[in-house]
Amino acid sequence: MGKHVVLVEDETNIAEAIRFLLGREGWRVETLANGATAVDVIRNANPDLVMLDVMLPGKSGFEILKELRADAALADLPILMLTARGQTRDREIALEAGVSRFMTKPFSNADMLAAVRDLTAAGTAEA
Amino acid sequence: MTRDALTGSRIRERRVMAGQKQADLAKRIGISASYLNLIEHNRRRIGGKLLLNIAGALGVEPTALTEGAEAALIATLREAADDARLSGPEVNRADEFAGRFPGWADVLASAQRRIATLERTVETLTDRLAHDPHLAASMHELLTAAAAIRSTASILADTKTLEPEWRDRFHINIDQDSRRLADSAQALVGYLEADPEITPAANSPQEEVEAFLAAHRYRFATLEVTDGDAGAIETLIQTAPDLQSVAARHIARDVLQQIAIDAEALPIAGLTQALDELGPDPVALAALLRQPVARVLRRMATVPELGAGLVVCDRSGTLIFRKSIDGFVVPRFGACCPLWPLFSVLGSPGMVQKQRVTQLGRGYSSFDCYATCEPQNARDYNAMPLLQSVMLILPASPETVAVHDVGATCRVCPRTECPARREPSILNDGV
Repeated sequence: MGKHVVLVEDETNIAEAIRFLLGREGWRVETLANGATAVDVIRNANPDLVMLDVMLPGKSGFEILKELRADAALADLPILMLTARGQTRDREIALEAGVSRFMTKPFSNADMLAAVRDLTAAGTAEA
Repeated sequence: MTRDALTGSRIRERRVMAGQKQADLAKRIGISASYLNLIEHNRRRIGGKLLLNIAGALGVEPTALTEGAEAALIATLREAADDARLSGPEVNRADEFAGRFPGWADVLASAQRRIATLERTVETLTDRLAHDPHLAASMHELLTAAAAIRSTASILADTKTLEPEWRDRFHINIDQDSRRLADSAQALVGYLEADPEITPAANSPQEEVEAFLAAHRYRFATLEVTDGDAGAIETLIQTAPDLQSVAARHIARDVLQQIAIDAEALPIAGLTQALDELGPDPVALAALLRQPVARVLRRMATVPELGAGLVVCDRSGTLIFRKSIDGFVVPRFGACCPLWPLFSVLGSPGMVQKQRVTQLGRGYSSFDCYATCEPQNARDYNAMPLLQSVMLILPASPETVAVHDVGATCRVCPRTECPARREPSILNDGV
């Protein structure tokens, strides 16, 4: 059975490229363009991976990250953050809030896929 | 060699400058020329009456001989040595260096000061991305478009057998995004070029004052003493390298006057003691110390242990003082979020508002804000009072209380359905 990723990204063209890339690798990609409902959707979907943009309408990626990590059931969920604001401060905030990996836009597709493989391989090994 | 050990060198220097012979000076102060010679070569310690006599004979202050007129210069040289990580016995020879090569020491010290100024400029410019919402928005737009193009283009380049539907779709996406990239690049260039008001604002008078206050860590020893020197404020202003413009000196003068008045009415020792007793509770502190709450808030901001931020605005809502605290963004350009307690108390002078706030948009850090608004002293009869609102920003205490969401400024605030929104957010509605 294919693995399941929830992608929270409001840029439709970026979301589409990621959907294509991961789809080709056998992932089922669920895309959300709004931050407001993200936490509920992720909790219900219980995916293998979450990809999160920072600047989102409704609720920021940082806030979503914090809420997810506050839930004990989701403490080990791999979360990959993608942001166009690669400032040191943002990276620090994300690390502090418990992000699994932090990538800055623009990213290379190969790096992004490598990160996804890395994060989910680690998750399987621990399970 | 310690500073004190060079008293002899300074005596010699002063004597030569005054054009006196060693023997003549020795005779005037009643010691032998050979003994004075030993003193001048730092081979005899000197102090007390003899030092006073020599200083009198040379017409200089005794401290000019014991500490050197170059104390400030030496402090700067030490800073330079520190920055360059100079180690070993050389470090302690700044005094000797300044004594022997005063010209070169001046060159080094002014270069050191210049470096410090330039570093601050760089910091300000680096920080600009965090404080200039327009610039941050443009950069975000640019990076987003670039990310979409890069990802899509490499799919097109790398995928050998791409279905025609996908290929067409990606071509359309690239076309859209490249147009968007071109537009936002143009907009960015336009913004950087067309608005000459914005660029020099990195050195606005308000920022000069902020740099000046930060350099002093918001504490001024000469204003904290009772019966302080009336000229202390002018001295501070005239000797401040940060205060370049007339406007900055004017603003700094007002700020320092307020600090001096507050310091006299509420000395730091009393406040620290009361803080130990009551904790950071401004209303309780004000009652115990019999002081207005606004003053207690301003004074609490100068206690380093509290790590507090402070903002003050006038009746128009314009910020007239800011001491930043990490994680709470006070926009440098444009107006602040009207939901801050700082502004809500403007309508109820005398009330003290306590509110836990979280600033949306960046770190989502929480703070305990205490705000109050007080009328300024009446200057005339039947005049509406001028108001000043003060807000102390403390890192949130462990206590669990209701949290209010506020922003920094509308342009970079993600909050939807906000009744106080002035302009659309670039986060929700694009640039």
